[in-house]
Amino acid sequence: MRQIAIYGKGGIGKSTTTQNTVAGLASIGKKVMIVGCDPKADSTRLILHAKAQATVMDMVRELGTVEDLELDDVMKVGFGDVKCVESGGPEPGVGCAGRGVITAINFLEENGAYTPDLDFVFYDVLGDVVCGGFAMPIRENKAEEIYIVCSGEMMAMYAANNIAKGILKYASSGKVRLGGLICNSRNTDREDELIEALAAKLGTQMIHFVPRDNQVQRAELRRMTVIEYSPDHKQANEYRELARKISENKMLVVPTPLEMEELEDLLMEFGIMEADDESVVGVAEAAS
Amino acid sequence: MSITTVEGITKESTQAAIDEVLDMYPEKGKKKRAPHLAPNDQASGKACVKSNKKTVPGVMSARGCAYAGAKGVVWGPIRDMVHVSHGPVGCGWYSWGTRRNLMTGQLGVDQFGMQFTSDFQEKDIVYGGDKKLKTLLSEAKELFPLAKGISVLSECPVGLIGDDINAVAKATAKELDIPIIPCNCEGFRGVSQSLGHHISNDTIRDYIIETREFSEPIGPYDIALIGEYNIGGDAWSTKPLLEECGFNVKAVWTGDGEMEKIAATHQVRLNVIHCYRSMNYMCKVMEEKYGIPWIELNFFGPTKIKESLRKLAELFDDSIKEKVEAVIAKYDPVCQAIIDEVKPRLDGKKVMIYVGGLRPRHTIGAYEDLGMVCVGSGYEFAHSDDYDRTTPEMPDATVVFDDASEIELEHFAHTMKPDLVASGIKEKYMFQKMGLPFRQMHSWDYSGPYHGYKGFPIFARDIDMAINSPTWNLVKSPF
Repeated sequence: MRQIAIYGKGGIGKSTTTQNTVAGLASIGKKVMIVGCDPKADSTRLILHAKAQATVMDMVRELGTVEDLELDDVMKVGFGDVKCVESGGPEPGVGCAGRGVITAINFLEENGAYTPDLDFVFYDVLGDVVCGGFAMPIRENKAEEIYIVCSGEMMAMYAANNIAKGILKYASSGKVRLGGLICNSRNTDREDELIEALAAKLGTQMIHFVPRDNQVQRAELRRMTVIEYSPDHKQANEYRELARKISENKMLVVPTPLEMEELEDLLMEFGIMEADDESVVGVAEAAS
Repeated sequence: MSITTVEGITKESTQAAIDEVLDMYPEKGKKKRAPHLAPNDQASGKACVKSNKKTVPGVMSARGCAYAGAKGVVWGPIRDMVHVSHGPVGCGWYSWGTRRNLMTGQLGVDQFGMQFTSDFQEKDIVYGGDKKLKTLLSEAKELFPLAKGISVLSECPVGLIGDDINAVAKATAKELDIPIIPCNCEGFRGVSQSLGHHISNDTIRDYIIETREFSEPIGPYDIALIGEYNIGGDAWSTKPLLEECGFNVKAVWTGDGEMEKIAATHQVRLNVIHCYRSMNYMCKVMEEKYGIPWIELNFFGPTKIKESLRKLAELFDDSIKEKVEAVIAKYDPVCQAIIDEVKPRLDGKKVMIYVGGLRPRHTIGAYEDLGMVCVGSGYEFAHSDDYDRTTPEMPDATVVFDDASEIELEHFAHTMKPDLVASGIKEKYMFQKMGLPFRQMHSWDYSGPYHGYKGFPIFARDIDMAINSPTWNLVKSPF
């Protein structure tokens, strides 16, 4: 069983990419489980054709204690026999979403969700690793392989670099490794070259360049992955290709995150960022 | 000032004992602990050890946490409020009644020495405990309509997940028309329970004081008794004593305490403080804000009681002075008779004291009344101003230990050879296994009161019983 965690900036398309990739793996006969680690609980809707799955924490809240919960209450099976679980959690601003992730994953472990027939477990994790709870999927004996979803936009690359820093911390004490960057294209200029350059600096690879295609949105409107909605569409091929590459990937590295200046140099080289004009720093519009 | 000494104890001998203790530590621990241990230096007139610092990790400290200081010490004794331990059940359960702060009234009717907790489960951590708290507050009000207020005492997880108890308290107080006092005393804050006392004092300042007035006009002898927690009924000795001296004790903070009287304390003429460590903050606030002077007194043993009452009378007119002298004349012979009886059995016996933040210095006089001598003392959570006050009370060159660990106390027991150790439940069994008489001096060992003239005979009896029990002759300690 390979356990894989997907990280990346919020809104970059982690859930969509994860579910399409998982559908791709399922379509070549792999047994997969998805564990959504985000209180928004939108990591499994395309597989289950559901608005939102009943989450582990929702059920715990309903039943009172986690001890009363059964695995069947929270594990659903969707397209391609993919098993789906959502950790769930509070609305923004209250409680502790990170603890929700820990509680949910502990529950899955204690109740035998990790069956030996599984080929892959995917953790789809909230954008920012804001606290220990969201690092739960990459702790000892969990995901040892991480893919970062990013694009050629500046903030997405900053986030990717920050996540690489987090991986470095866990890699030095455990077995977690970076498997590559998945470029979820936003159609920015020279995006593939830029992400390849970033990947090289991080010591990893751009495992696949997923082009932008509105077919993804058309499928999403029907709460489906592209692979299920239109298996012959060229975008479905892209996800199958990504799935194949992940399945065959042997390049697992301890990343070498960039210093801020290095990253900014890279962005300037590709014309995404302009060199600082120190003469205008701190000068208000009216004063200039 | 004359320097008092103990035969056989010199600065050199005590320093040698300290050095032996420090040698048991690894280099880093030794460096950290060294400033917290010293021979007393009466001539200096000030603290001879460092205090109120983080405990060295790995040692067996006797300290508690901020929540313990808030729940156990300041809030718990207020009898007509419901005190809610907000968080998982353990903190509330283990702080239930253990300090033996006794209460009058009818349990569940007008007195609430019971345990309320929001009993956090995983779901409350993840989704926040604010909704549960709101429900709990409504239920408490419904079940106990005579409660004068509710305190909400935060346990650690509440601070970690950022539950906004202040907002819930504000909204619910309005809805239920009852004071609801949020106290952010999460256990992880500070180095000991001491910060819990401070936070609670600040909370009283922000939410309680000045919210009520006494119904009757204020008289010249209206005082409040601060830092008296009614352990084993102490306040039932000190309050009548002060009344016998002609005072009107308008409020007791917080032993057998009443919320509304505490809230009106800004009207009194004088604050009499017993436990300085836990309540000096509010005395200072009331002094600055309302111009109420305060005076520190000691109600342990006839010598200190006499001294204290006369010090107090000095601030008032002749009628008080006369009453105080009459009171002293009435009780002194009673105490003397007790001393005459037990002193022959206790004379020259040595005591080593390790308690919270007040009693080590305050009880020395009472032991001396019985003919005993203090050979070592220290506090769990005292600050420098407490040690300043301790220096003149302890004989010169005796050992002072701050935030002492088990191994240090054990070693000092071997070198100072006390006949009695007066400390807490965590220390009790270690010393008893060493074959040493012991008294649990946080809760008066299921006895008390020890304060005032009512308390002294009981104190004398307990100490006599502990030291002179024939049991100890039958025990051969292997340690």
